[in-house]
Parts: sequence; structure tokens; C-alpha cells
Amino acid sequence: MNPFELISPQLAILIGAGLILVYDAIFPKDNRYLPWMALAAIAVSVSFAISLAVRGEYHVGFEGTYSVDKFSVFFSVVFAGIGAAVVFASMNWVDRVGRRKSEYYALLLTATAGLMFLAGARDLITIFIALELSSIPQYILAGWGKDERSGESGLKYLLLGSIASALLLFGMALLYGLSGSTFVPEIATFIGENASDNRSLLILASTLIIAGFGFKMALVPFQMWVPDVYEGAPTPVAAFLSVGSKAAAFAVVLRIFFEGLNAEILSNDWAMIFAVLAAISMTVGNIFALVQSNIKRMLGYSSVAQAGNFAIGLAAIAVVGQEFTLAASAVLFFVVAYAFTNLAVFIAVIAISRHLESDDINAYEGLAKSAPLLALALGIALISLTGIPPSAGFWAKLYIFNAAAQADLAWLVIVAVLNSVLAAFYYLRIVRLMFRNVEDQIGSAPFAIPKSIGFVLGITVLGVLVFGFFPTPIISVAREAAAIFSIG
Amino acid sequence: MTLTLEHFLTVSILLFAMGLVIALSKRNSIGILMGVELMLNAVNLVLITFARFGESTMSITGHAFVAFIITVAAAEAAVALALVISVYRTRGTIEVDRLKLLRF
Repeated sequence: MNPFELISPQLAILIGAGLILVYDAIFPKDNRYLPWMALAAIAVSVSFAISLAVRGEYHVGFEGTYSVDKFSVFFSVVFAGIGAAVVFASMNWVDRVGRRKSEYYALLLTATAGLMFLAGARDLITIFIALELSSIPQYILAGWGKDERSGESGLKYLLLGSIASALLLFGMALLYGLSGSTFVPEIATFIGENASDNRSLLILASTLIIAGFGFKMALVPFQMWVPDVYEGAPTPVAAFLSVGSKAAAFAVVLRIFFEGLNAEILSNDWAMIFAVLAAISMTVGNIFALVQSNIKRMLGYSSVAQAGNFAIGLAAIAVVGQEFTLAASAVLFFVVAYAFTNLAVFIAVIAISRHLESDDINAYEGLAKSAPLLALALGIALISLTGIPPSAGFWAKLYIFNAAAQADLAWLVIVAVLNSVLAAFYYLRIVRLMFRNVEDQIGSAPFAIPKSIGFVLGITVLGVLVFGFFPTPIISVAREAAAIFSIG
Repeated sequence: MTLTLEHFLTVSILLFAMGLVIALSKRNSIGILMGVELMLNAVNLVLITFARFGESTMSITGHAFVAFIITVAAAEAAVALALVISVYRTRGTIEVDRLKLLRF
């Protein structure tokens, strides 16, 4: 089959990005249709991805460096959905900034395509290029806002991000030097035969790779950029960073570690690294989130804590060894639940801070009176982040804790449950503030929510509730997508 | 004296460590970027070394990897300098500890 058909979902998005730039160059005055062109490109891309899956065209192309399998199709669809949600969420904000609209959407699409390439990449070089294809546009987008904080956050993200990619590259270079190949399945063959001779160097290489991707996932101790960048970057971009680039990093780590470095003599070591990072990330993230007064900073620390929850899944997969489909599917289910929930929170925050013109948590007091629907939506999303039933977040946490318990990581589950209690304090504090009865509200003027934001907020909250009541379809999809790892 | 794998690796590890120390200790954004460049070039040296001393099948992959790293580093530097200029225009400084958010 034509290898370009394998990457047709990414090509559709990249061609869309190019068309947006060309259209803007020809008709500079007429920029109303730009976001719709972006959405059309994403829709075409999703239909290509689904058609590949429906026809069962699971192949490896480009000399084995890119693979279309259930795993990569699953993530491609998730990333395309995230991209579409962020386009909807940005429309109003981009109109208000009013300059360089075409470049904004083109960069957003390029970053989305980079994430989709990451999901299917099976070669270290391809992984690196895909990572940078998604990162460099994100650096620019983080610095997109007009205020000085945005520029600073873009610069900070870039400086720390490039240090992280240098560490990652050093780890990759070591792996290449040891195994003689950058191709993940060949690395796996090498490790299957010679892991015990080169154990210490392999552990050094995997630590460097974990450091590089830990930055993207926002795991402690690589989290210092998170609160500042989330606060300074435009809120739609922060939403994209918190969901898209984090999920992509987990997808690649699953690919490298469980396809490439999965030898018993090694996996216990990096499972331990993931378990420790998970425990530290949850604790540090939650403690710092407790004392924040700015909602975007709080969401930044909350995202660090959630990264800890993801990492529990990674640790569980490694400990169980070959029978890890349960834990891998738990991570995939967590990705979907987390994407819906966190996007809903960020989009609600966009709508609210647009009206209040403040990111201060105390300004949310009595919000339920002036904007009952918005307060309800944010409340449901926060409840899902806490992990209270019946929400998608509850099943995600239950699933991942169950996987960890099966993998004999009882201490980690205890840490995680204690942390969930801690997290409930700051998530539910906002819910309580919003539904508190206050007499005279400054913001008593009726809320005007832009249609695009209202629409996508409705979709995401609906997703949180639907997956809360009927989690089975997504769980079975996640199982199928995770099953590709059990063969190798 | 012939140069062996160990010589090259020692140099590149030293270069990488120097780059990391510079990147983490410099207060000037441009200084941090120079540290990062040093780290990336140390990685390039490692890759070329393995390509030179490894089996013949290894060589082309290592060279290709280096070419990609150089290209991506150039793209990253371009974006970095653009952001540095934009920050300098609004804040009048590129010292990272004088910026409002950039306290690392």
C-alpha cells in the first residue's frame, strides 16, 4: 500500500495549515473562515484515521519508522479531537487579539500533526522530529499573547524545553551506540539478548529519556515551567499544553519503554523510577495547588498531580511484565477521561475570566447566581478531576488504582488515595465558592458566553457525564488499542 | 597515538556536562541558549563517534540523525531569538532572574 496513505491523517492537517496561510495571503481582509478551515482539516483527518481503522489497514511504512496500529489510530483521533476543541476555544480570543489569525491556526494545526506523528513513530529519529514538530509551534503559541507575561512564558518554556530535549537526545544517542540501531524493535531485540552486560548504561539512557519526556508530562522534578507557563500563556494554549502534549509524551513513553526496553532485568528498575516520580509528583503538585490563589496556576499544579496519576499506570505496566494489557488500557482510558475533563475546566475558565477579567479564585464567589449553567459545567468538571462518581474521572482513577494494586504496588495506591483526599480540598473549594449565596454580586450582569465556547464546553461536559455513566465502550476501545503491546 | 572510542566519548561527555552546567547556571537567556547548543553538539559528537567506530550498518543512521539534530537546533534557535527580542521589547531585559515569571 502507498505509505503516504498511512500518514494521510497528518497530511490532511498539514495541508490544511498550508491552505490557511495561502488563503490569508490572497484574501488578507477576509479572515472569518480561517477557524472553520482549520476545523474542516481536522474533520478530514479524523475521517482518514477512522477509515484506516475500519478497513483494517494496519501496516508499517517508511522503512518501519512509522506504524499505523490500533494504538496510533486511537491517539490520532484523541489528538485531533483535542485540536478541534482548542480551535473552538480559541476563536473568540483570537478575534479579540485581532492580529495574525492565520498563523495562530496554522501553528495550532502543525502542533496537532506533530502529536499525531508521535503516536505512531517507531524510530528514535522520527520520534525526535515529531516531538520538535509539536514543541516548536507550542513555544511560539505560548508567547502569542499581547501582555509581557505571555512572552516571558514562551521564552521560559522554550529554554527549559530545549534543555530537556538535549537530555533526551543524549539518552537516545546512548541507546543507539549500545544497540547499533535507532529502530525501536531492533533495540528490543538487542536488549532481549544483551541487557545484563550493559545494564548500568541502559539504565542511564532510560533515565535521560525519562527526564526528556518527564518535562513534557510535567512530572516533578521537571515541572518548574508548568505553573508559570500555564499562567502566562493564553488560556486556550495552556489547555492544549495540559492535555495534548502531556498525552503525547505518555504515548511515546509507552512505545519506547514497552516495545523497546521491555526486558525483565531492566523493567523493574524503570518501573521503580516511574513509581517514585508518581508519588513525588502527586504530593508536590497537590500541596502547591492548595495554596494558589490564581486559578490558572492552580490548574498548573493540578496538572502536575494528574501526571503523577498517569505515571502510576506506567509503573504498574512495567511491574506486571508481559501481562500488562490491563494497566496499559488503564493509561489509555485515563487519557480520554482526562482530556475531556481538563478541556472542560479550561474552557469554563476561559469563559469565566473573559467576563470577570480576573483569574483570582476568590472572584468566583457566588458565580452560580449570575451564570448557573457555567458554574454547573465547571462544577461537574472539577468533580471529575477529583474522582467522585458518576464522572469519567472516577472510573479513570479506579481503573488505574486497580491496575497498580494488581501489580503489587499497594504503597503507591495508598499514597495516591491520600493525595486524592488532598486534591478534593482545592477542587471542591472552588465548587463551594461558586455555589455560595452572596447578596450583591458585582458580576450580576448576565454572562454573555460566545457560541463557540458554549458549544465545545457543552460537548466536553457531556463527554465527562456520558463516560461517567457508560464507561464500557471506551474501556473496550482502550483494551484493543493497548493489546498491540502484548504480542511483542 | 591513535584516537579510540573512549577519547571521543570522554570529550563529548565533558562537553555535555559543561553545556548542562552553563544552561542551568547562566542568568542571561542568550547564555542559556549557548549552553543548550553545546549540549546538542556534544550529542552530535557522540552519534558521529558511534557511527565511525560501530559496525558498518550503523554509520548511515548516525549521520542522518546528526543532520536532523543540526536542522532542528537551527529552527529552535530561530524561534528562541525571536522570543528573546519580543521579551526585550516589552521588558527591556533578557536576564532571566529580572523577569517577572522566569524565576528558576
